[in-house]
Amino acid sequence: MAKTLEMLVNTLARNVEKHKEMTSGNLAFAEAMRQINPDVVAAYPITPSTEIPMRFAEFVADGQVDTEYVAVESEHSAITACVGASVSGGRVMTASSANGVGLMHEVFPIAAAFRAPIVFGLVNRSLGAPVNIHCDHSDSMPERDSGWVQIYCEDAQEVYDTALLSVRLAEHKDVLTPVFVCQDGFITSHCYEAVEMLSDEAVKEFVGERTPHYPLLDVDNPVSYGSFVMSEHYFEIKRNQMEGMFNVPRVYDEVSKELAAYTGREYPMLDCYRTEDAEYVVVIMSSAAGVVKDVVDDLRNRGIKAGCLRVRMFRPFPREAVKDALAGKKGVAVLDRSASIGGTAPIASEVKSALYDLSEKVPVQEYIFGLGGRDFFPKDAEMVFEMLEENDYTSDARFIGLLEGDK
Amino acid sequence: MCPGCGAPTALRQAFMGIDAPVVVVGATGCLEVSTTVYPYSAWRTPFMHVAFENAGAAVSGVEAAYKAMKNKGNFKENIKFVAFGGDGGTYDIGLQSLSGALERGHDFTYICYNNQGYMNTGAQRSSATPQNASATTSPAGSVLPGKLQRAKNLTEIVAAHNIPYVAQTSLHNPMDLIMKVKRAVETPGPAFVNILVPCPLFWRIDQGDQVKLCKLAVDSKFWPVYEVENGVYSLSYTPKSEVPVEEFLKAQGRYAHLFKKGKERPDIVEHAQKEIDAEWEKLKGKCEK
Repeated sequence: MAKTLEMLVNTLARNVEKHKEMTSGNLAFAEAMRQINPDVVAAYPITPSTEIPMRFAEFVADGQVDTEYVAVESEHSAITACVGASVSGGRVMTASSANGVGLMHEVFPIAAAFRAPIVFGLVNRSLGAPVNIHCDHSDSMPERDSGWVQIYCEDAQEVYDTALLSVRLAEHKDVLTPVFVCQDGFITSHCYEAVEMLSDEAVKEFVGERTPHYPLLDVDNPVSYGSFVMSEHYFEIKRNQMEGMFNVPRVYDEVSKELAAYTGREYPMLDCYRTEDAEYVVVIMSSAAGVVKDVVDDLRNRGIKAGCLRVRMFRPFPREAVKDALAGKKGVAVLDRSASIGGTAPIASEVKSALYDLSEKVPVQEYIFGLGGRDFFPKDAEMVFEMLEENDYTSDARFIGLLEGDK
Repeated sequence: MCPGCGAPTALRQAFMGIDAPVVVVGATGCLEVSTTVYPYSAWRTPFMHVAFENAGAAVSGVEAAYKAMKNKGNFKENIKFVAFGGDGGTYDIGLQSLSGALERGHDFTYICYNNQGYMNTGAQRSSATPQNASATTSPAGSVLPGKLQRAKNLTEIVAAHNIPYVAQTSLHNPMDLIMKVKRAVETPGPAFVNILVPCPLFWRIDQGDQVKLCKLAVDSKFWPVYEVENGVYSLSYTPKSEVPVEEFLKAQGRYAHLFKKGKERPDIVEHAQKEIDAEWEKLKGKCEK
């Protein structure tokens, strides 16, 4: 409460001009891009993120931004051009989804190793085959080891705020790491909701100008990117790169507090919804957390101590915070919107690993839900909580909402 | 680089044609690998290598950032942008990325050092490998006479993008090569220079023979040197006395199977000559227009 008051006071003190708009996740991200006014945007259309480059192209056509907009011929070229522009010293943004993200796969680790602070609107969509345009996290999850920060947003407001925040986070001298700002395809990207936006001046003041480190365009002090490095030095270079990711939690905390002074909204790496005194907790990411939070409220009214832990920051994974949030719980269910076929699903794997050092075991059930945009209903979340209460666990993953049941 | 490699010769000449500050982007390949061995660099310029198939896109991004920051007044000097790749990174895996960059009209010069195959991985065939050459993925055997397919004519494909400057050249004539790169770099918009570069390991020639082989390639019309400036074709060189292509082929071990005692293939050599003559006439026709 004190924290909220403090933020409110800060916001009032700054007297930041704001306005509300009915908009979608895609258009909120595009609007943030307009206000950020990056040097270069290189993008390629793919459903459901297409609206982002489309809307941004309108800003370019109307002279509302100073950006060089590079309408490339593929996603591979989009991310490659972003890397070239970013190491040149420019502020760079792009967006993509699904197979577009898959096509970029080769270049993601290169971007991270070059310490290219690209901010990327990733609109989650299932990875083919079969072809499906709806949401799951099978496109971003294969990139979790690419060296990029991954932040998953619950709604359009969070997408807008996170876009602003990510510019500062990525470009911070102690981080210099690219960031994926993830939102759920169609559910968040295309649904309209009220989003509060800052004035252009406030955004300009918050994001400031990029101070590039070792830019490629410094012809007087030439540098090389992408040298040939064998076993003598490769390991050290990769270890150095990790330092940027290790610094993310500290810098994230600073930057998100600074943004909160403008917006009045702060997003911790973990969104702990009524978890403090909860006995049973569902761990989930992105838009489906809203359903779980509603069910938590209902269950609380019925005297059941339920809670929802929404993982907002997936890379770096806030292991200690997750451990602290879940220690001593009677039961935990982890709901993944992607599978690691033949292994443990991504969030479940991280959560189980985080809980490993606890002296008292917390039982964890793994669930897979919502692949290819399969709806996730309150009754599904209720069922998950019921099974936790009944102490009903299996060692394998369970599947929610399959027509033929979870077998 | 290996002794006798034509790539450093060609690139050294190419950079003699560039006075302005230059930023270099390289596709994966022999030249990239051997000139950037960490913690050293053979480049006195800024240098970036992203991957194999995307030098065109990488240079696009660099050039776009330069334009954006120059518009803001961050740069006073004029910087030139050069991307290079071997034929593997240009004709094959990097063709889409190159085509995109050409179509978008970025201000850069792309140099292809064309040794007609994948040398960095050990002499595999590419779409630039000539018909009947024996490469490690199209070896001459008891049934097949080396590569079955004809080489792709990339210079013509690039010219079809209607970019301001396209040229073919060869390292045996430094003045031609240097002047073409100079023109390419000084021309606003995209420019492309395709340089024939022998690889002694693949071509199976003596280490000292790179110049000789290039001269044979040009005098036999196997590798015409010409330019296309704003759509206007002109031959840079017409051999005074044409050399039969047989001489060019015979000088290289990669065609040895065509001349093996008792297993000679004069039919293939004759066919190659016919095709070269036909291509030459086609090119001459374009130059006369």
